[in-house]
Amino acid sequence: MNVFSGVWDWLTDGAHWTGESGIPTRVLEHLEYTALTLLAAIIIAVPLGAWIGHIGRGAGIVGMLANSLRALPSFGVLILLTVWALDRAWGTGGLLAATVVTLLILAIPPILTNTYAGVRAVDPAVRDAARGMGMSPMTQLLRVELPNALPLIMAGIRSAYLQVVATAVIAPYISLGGLGTYVYYGLSQQDYPQMTAGAVLIALLAIAGDLLLAGIARLIVSPGLQIPRRRAWYRRRPNVSPAAATTAAVEPASTDLDSEPNDPDTAGDDRRAAAR
Amino acid sequence: MSARPRNLAGVITFEQVSKRYPDGTLAVDGLSLEIPDGATTVLVGPSGCGKTTSLRMINRMIDPSHGRILIDGKDITSEPAPLLRRGIGYVIQNAGLFPNRTVLGNIATVPLLVGMSKRAARARASELLERVGLAPELGKRYPAQLSGGQQQRVGVARALAADPPILLMDEPFSAVDPVVRTELQDELLRLQHELGKTVVFVTHDIDEAVKLGDRLAIMAVGGRLAQFGTPAEVLEAPADDFVAAFVGRDRGYRALSFASADALPVHPEPTVKLGEPLRGNGWLLVVDDTDAPRGWVNADEHPAGQPVRQQDLRLGGTLLAPGGSVRTALDAALSSPSGRGVAVDAAGKVRGTLRPGDVFGAAERAATSGSTEAYYDEKQLTATEHAELTAAEQGADRLSKDGR
Ligand SMILES: Nc1ncnc2c1ncn2[C@@H]1O[C@H](COP(=O)(O)OP(=O)(O)OP(=O)(O)O)[C@@H](O)[C@H]1O
Ligand SMILES: [Mg+2]
Repeated sequence: MNVFSGVWDWLTDGAHWTGESGIPTRVLEHLEYTALTLLAAIIIAVPLGAWIGHIGRGAGIVGMLANSLRALPSFGVLILLTVWALDRAWGTGGLLAATVVTLLILAIPPILTNTYAGVRAVDPAVRDAARGMGMSPMTQLLRVELPNALPLIMAGIRSAYLQVVATAVIAPYISLGGLGTYVYYGLSQQDYPQMTAGAVLIALLAIAGDLLLAGIARLIVSPGLQIPRRRAWYRRRPNVSPAAATTAAVEPASTDLDSEPNDPDTAGDDRRAAAR
Repeated sequence: MSARPRNLAGVITFEQVSKRYPDGTLAVDGLSLEIPDGATTVLVGPSGCGKTTSLRMINRMIDPSHGRILIDGKDITSEPAPLLRRGIGYVIQNAGLFPNRTVLGNIATVPLLVGMSKRAARARASELLERVGLAPELGKRYPAQLSGGQQQRVGVARALAADPPILLMDEPFSAVDPVVRTELQDELLRLQHELGKTVVFVTHDIDEAVKLGDRLAIMAVGGRLAQFGTPAEVLEAPADDFVAAFVGRDRGYRALSFASADALPVHPEPTVKLGEPLRGNGWLLVVDDTDAPRGWVNADEHPAGQPVRQQDLRLGGTLLAPGGSVRTALDAALSSPSGRGVAVDAAGKVRGTLRPGDVFGAAERAATSGSTEAYYDEKQLTATEHAELTAAEQGADRLSKDGR
């Protein structure tokens, strides 16, 4: 009980909300590492996953890459990169780069595999129609495959965010900031209220960011992809207006797609592969 | 809209076209065929005979291993495939609508690809929506909010949006239920009457082929063209035992589709309006306020003088309209509970009824005057032909089940 009240007291102490090591500064630092990492991960993983998904080959490589990245111990990587950056005398920028690269290793696998899976999960009939209408491969990818893969891509970004926001706690080990500083100093000074408060703040940041990303997904994913279970929906309410339909989706994007994968027409796939 | 504009482009010529897949399957074998413009040609045959492969070679979704394909005398490989495809409408079995785009967005796909302005493309899309018989409100919906039949109509509208001279359709109606399928077939016939495109239509259903096709190309397993001709020619004079077997045992009955029923005598039929009191006895024909037939009621089953209610009606079946065939007349007679087939005028008003004896007589005359005597005789088949036929029949059975 006194741990909780201690945490509460620590969080409500006005002194902890101002200055160099105040909560707002630490939150911004934490968000800086996280946002930089996510941005870089999206720039790397979405085009790569999309292209591999589009050509339909290299699934093995995606899996191997993702798994081997996941197997790397974040802490070890961070130390290694830091030593290297210090050796080159890159200063604070080098430390930041070391942190971001370490976090990238966690962020890339979920985005890469989800983008790949999302593009592959596009109904082969839809892909066939896109090609048959005379879209170039790039147009097919940008106008048809990526928009339809977007729910899964966003789900990948959300899970990457959660991992990165939690793991960014390691930044103070190489004398950077972020909410990890409270955990780090709390632990070394046996100031458990401070340590726990740091953990609580990270959890709150994780939840807030996840909600924000879910909101973004709701906005950018086509309403046509947010209609739960197509036929059943239609039969139950045949006269519903489109406006009602766009607000009808209540499930998060990830579960919408996960629960209802398209059944792949493998014969058609082979045929297209052969024709190419 | 003037009926059937002529001098259209879109003659498709197959010159000794073969397709062998990398695994060694010979899907199409030396196909030579000239598909006329402005008409519907149906590629029909058992499962796996190479119909889809042949169709998809026309818009270069598949490249032939040998031979070449020409459109209006020009080799289709002379321009980049995406450009070729923008000039050829393409409709597939499950419509393949883009789930992320609205109905109008789907239909506007090709107009936008060929560089039409957004506004012009949307206007064009709305026009087509109406053309294929869909309400304007549907334009704002997403594909997941449409029934299978509506999706298929949108698929057809999307294929027609850039007004291509050629329309390729691969089993477009096989995934919808039989009632909707009939509606879609009628709609296609109506559209084709207005537009006069070169339509290449793939099906494994001989009834659908006979109904829609101006020409049939009957394909046999192994990618061989077994017969090419009008439906009447194919039904009346199958080129070989394979074709005879494929068009099936109801062939004589189907051939009745080509005999006109206009000469059949139509007898006056007393009618009663819905809501009016019953009179007389036996089967009475019930009509609505516009004199269109609603069904039959058995006067013996209800007290005389009771008003005719909707729930008393035995719904009638096929109606014979002007220009109908003996087959329709026969079906009208057989599907009517009174045995008297109902004939209507062009506006759908009751003209009277057909007597079963007259209809059977007309059927008999139609059957004996044509060259329909060459029924398929199993004993005359060689062993290989027999195997081919059995495979063909099994394939067709499997497919018709898959289609549900
Ligand atoms: N990509 C492919 N690789 C190998 N063989 C193929 C491929 N696509 C089709 N085939 C084979 O080629 C033959 C013709 O196939 P096709 O799809 O053209 O037949 P179809 O007449 O359209 O049949 P269905 O009525 O079942 O659709 C079949 O034996 C089929 O198994
Ligand atoms: Mg096919």
